[in-house]
Amino acid sequence: MAKKIKQGIAPAMRRTKGEEVYNVFNIIFFLAFAFVCVYPFYYLIINSISSNNASAAGQVNWWPQGIHWENYKQVFALSGLTTSAFISVARTVIGTVLTVIASAFLGFMFTQEKMWHRKFWYRFIVITMYFNAGLIPMFITMKNLHLTNNFWVYILPAIVQPFNIILVKTFVESIPSSLQEAAEMDGAGTLTIFWKIVLPMMAPILATVGIFSAVGQWNSFQDTLIYMTDSKLYSLQYVLYTYINQANALAASVRASAGSAMNVAALATQQTPTSIRMTVSVIVVLPILFVYPFFQRFFVKGMMLGAVKG
Amino acid sequence: MRRAARKAEKLSKQQSDRRRHGFKLFLLISPFLILSVLFSYLPLFGWIYAFYDYQPPIPLSQSEFVGLQWFKMMVQNPAQLQTIGQVLINTFAMSGLNILTSFFPLFFAIALNEIRAKWFRNLIQTLTTLPNFISWVLVYAVAFAMFSTTGMFNELLQNLHIISEPIKFLDSDSHTWLKMLLWGLWKGLGWGSIMYLAGIAGIDPELYEAAQVDGANRFQQIIHVTIPQLLPTYFVLLMLSISNFLNNGMDQYFVFQNAFNTKHIQVLDLYVYNVGMGNNSLSYATAISMLKSLVSVGLLIVVNWLSKRTRGVSIV
Repeated sequence: MAKKIKQGIAPAMRRTKGEEVYNVFNIIFFLAFAFVCVYPFYYLIINSISSNNASAAGQVNWWPQGIHWENYKQVFALSGLTTSAFISVARTVIGTVLTVIASAFLGFMFTQEKMWHRKFWYRFIVITMYFNAGLIPMFITMKNLHLTNNFWVYILPAIVQPFNIILVKTFVESIPSSLQEAAEMDGAGTLTIFWKIVLPMMAPILATVGIFSAVGQWNSFQDTLIYMTDSKLYSLQYVLYTYINQANALAASVRASAGSAMNVAALATQQTPTSIRMTVSVIVVLPILFVYPFFQRFFVKGMMLGAVKG
Repeated sequence: MRRAARKAEKLSKQQSDRRRHGFKLFLLISPFLILSVLFSYLPLFGWIYAFYDYQPPIPLSQSEFVGLQWFKMMVQNPAQLQTIGQVLINTFAMSGLNILTSFFPLFFAIALNEIRAKWFRNLIQTLTTLPNFISWVLVYAVAFAMFSTTGMFNELLQNLHIISEPIKFLDSDSHTWLKMLLWGLWKGLGWGSIMYLAGIAGIDPELYEAAQVDGANRFQQIIHVTIPQLLPTYFVLLMLSISNFLNNGMDQYFVFQNAFNTKHIQVLDLYVYNVGMGNNSLSYATAISMLKSLVSVGLLIVVNWLSKRTRGVSIV
């Protein structure tokens, strides 16, 4: 489509002087905004690997100075961080897998007209998108279900996602029904049809659902804040938040655990509150930075599909 | 006779087979229905706590039933009324600013589309959508690295001897609403424009050709073709943001909250958290949650009705 527009318009698009000036401003604006969006991440990365002296003096703005990996070694020596990294990875993997399976299965099942009161149950699930009991009732419910300070509170509430189910259902409805009918003629049961025929065709939509769910799980912060008091269950996001607010105390503890034999040479790699904050920030953002460029088209597609359904 | 009876018997057997099969399908999805009940419907019964004086270790059965006491407290106690008033003002300000700037992504998309080089458009799109995929905690980490008293900006300005004392960007209550709006734009502008970019790509080229035949220049083509074509999308998004007027979410405001800016940063969602989890007034917080949820559903219904009336399409 884009090509078509170009061919159709290009000959008539001889630019006037005003348009040329506008064009230059336009490009400058977008370059500036893109810079503002990306530079902070670059700043965090170069500061986390630079000499902590130079970093603390505000000398590291464009390129790293005195590269060393001591910050990362020290930060991972903190027991809390490794546990939290494990929790965050676990909830991302388990949560995503279960959401994808549930979305695929329910999205398919709600297209099966034989199901008992299919329409009612479909609406029963979809309508939950539009109301919300609120934070405190949710907390009380989780407490009553013994899900506070329980790893599964990260997983269970996220499994049934009406929005994902709508996406998958719409997708399945676009598959020619003759395929399913032919399989039924051959005596295949509903589950066989789902497993052997429909599921493999769903791959693109499930990738979209999965990537959104994974980012959501990785980024989730509020649930730790509300449901968890046991530090063994803290997610990485929450730990980062506490580190930002308590980095001073933390740097002291790192220094103490590293031993008191400090000399001038060690100063460059000595942990400061700032170095710890930045290092942990980089650890938290890195998975997103790595994953994002490769999966951008899935994100965009997911948004488009969502828009169609409104 | 006998044949007909056998036929009827066979038919009814088929029918009951079908029904049994249909019920089996229902049983297969029932575990998921239970999850939906537990985490979407059951919490609604938590609203009952709004009518009791619930003090956590004591179970609800032994708590005192206080009727509408908490609801009355919101409007009768002057100090409480003032706090709630400020919270509502903050909520309205934040949502209002977001709605006022809701056309930014539209203009962003149109301006980006004016650039001819496709690789440049793609690059900008990738870079500017990135902040949307990081959590608010990380946004705060970025804010801290850039704008705290020992952050990049203050160091830079001090090293250049422009200022002698660090500027308190974060630990102050000046321009709190504006700062929150800017962080929201930083995070969401690029992503928000993607839908419009796709919309522009989908506009029928014949419309532009016709405009050119009529002698429209680039600017006039934007005014008379591009914008009218994108308006329906804009309208739907605007309606959705109006129906979410009270739901600012709390993550952004929670992470940026500190002792200095509480007054202007506390939106409804954050207030509910601060009151409920911070002060442990679970019943009072539930009462506010409940009102908020009811008003939100009401807004959604009204907005949907409006959309149906004016444009003939429902948004939900």
